[in-house]
Amino acid sequence: MSKLAEHLAAGRFVVTAEIAPPKGIDISRALSKARLMKGLAAVNVTDNQGANMRLSPLALSALLLREGIEPILQLTCRDRNRMALQSDLLGAAALGIENLLLLSGDHACFGDHPQARSVFDLDSIQLMAAVRGLCSGHDMAGKPLRGVPHFFAGAAVTPEAEPFELMFQKFAKKAQAGTAFFQTQAVYDVDKLTRFMDAANPLGKPVLLGVLLLKNARMAEFLNRSIPGVRIPARLVERLDAAVDPLEEGIAIAREMVEHARRLCQGVHLMTLGHEERIADILA
Amino acid sequence: MIISVQKSKEELLEILDGKERLFIVGCGACATVCKSGGEEEVFRMQEWLASLGKETTGTVIIDEACHIMRAGRDLRQLKAQVEAADALLVMACGAGVQSVSSNSDKRVLGALNSLFLGNIRRFGQYEEKCSLCGECILNETACICPVTNCAKGLLNGPCGGMEEGKCEADRELDCAWHLIYERLKKQNRKGVFARTVPPKNWGKVQKPGRHKIPG
Repeated sequence: MSKLAEHLAAGRFVVTAEIAPPKGIDISRALSKARLMKGLAAVNVTDNQGANMRLSPLALSALLLREGIEPILQLTCRDRNRMALQSDLLGAAALGIENLLLLSGDHACFGDHPQARSVFDLDSIQLMAAVRGLCSGHDMAGKPLRGVPHFFAGAAVTPEAEPFELMFQKFAKKAQAGTAFFQTQAVYDVDKLTRFMDAANPLGKPVLLGVLLLKNARMAEFLNRSIPGVRIPARLVERLDAAVDPLEEGIAIAREMVEHARRLCQGVHLMTLGHEERIADILA
Repeated sequence: MIISVQKSKEELLEILDGKERLFIVGCGACATVCKSGGEEEVFRMQEWLASLGKETTGTVIIDEACHIMRAGRDLRQLKAQVEAADALLVMACGAGVQSVSSNSDKRVLGALNSLFLGNIRRFGQYEEKCSLCGECILNETACICPVTNCAKGLLNGPCGGMEEGKCEADRELDCAWHLIYERLKKQNRKGVFARTVPPKNWGKVQKPGRHKIPG
């Protein structure tokens, strides 16, 4: 059983963070960032994030394990068909990777290979079903596996997406498909978070609130403009704008969101984008 | 209808290089409606070729260029003109080009790019609504196809990029799943939301298709 699964089962407030594999094979920076996260339950390793081609998250996850850091392997449906997905999943299990985050994947038009042919042979719910199948000893074709993997598979949710009911239907389908935990897109509106958690709690799945460190007002405005499902209220943009030290203000905002998560959710997922050394301050 | 557009002049010049006598084939169906390979476009092509100093040995508008037997018959009737050409320049979709090429050993040049199976709003305004995926789910999705209209072709609801009912890949476009959801709600039924749709059987559109529809 992974540390992440154990902590969630024990009802402990769980903290995860994430690193992105490098473009290239120099993994020293990624590893030194990950070492700053050693005290956390697990570390997400992103999969060609934002549709930008990078080193395989499967490889980096295996390297994290060697360092004694527990990875959450992110796997998108954008770049692999059902054979490649299952094949990577078996490879991950053989390397000792247990935690997964299964995603549709950002559209290729956002990234550095916009001419790529996207796959989407499966969607994230079908991939979750495929993972469950592998864990029960058979592949998607129904063929038995020699050596059965064990996974702790999570999925993503965007609690602020509108219309709420449509977003929630998908969330409920994911929960029903056997999702073990959820990590959310960043949320800054506590009312909306409360509404979501009120609806989500009866489904009984642990939810880790996405907390994205805002470095300054410009970044907040960029996120509002460009990142689907992320909404930073004007009130917070003004706080960042007025602050003498915007990064400190951003850390204060993140700390407040962590406090809300302690009350409403089962953990947090920190996205610190280069400020991994401040994780302790955010959790303080 | 198959939506097609003419290749750019630069591209055409490249494929026409060294070909001095051409026989032009147009199509009386889709390419006529798209104004990419009808009578008028064939005539304009002939004029353009003349301006380049190239000769047109003859032209034909095949009723439906995708009809292999009909294409063969039309070409046989104009055998002398076809034989006099260095190449056949086909202003039809990819299916039309291949009807012609399967009826002639002559060099065949495609003059169009085929885009998609399209609905027509008005001339020049086409909407892609069906991908010919071989496994139709429309009856459950209030007759809005997610395979075609969702940027990711998802089958179990919107992705995390939907915002205010708009698509992640193009904020101008409605999220297909939002449209499906709204129409199902109006019809007071759950439709596709009532079940988890299993992975699609892409084996049904394996290439090349060998389709004999039992009569």
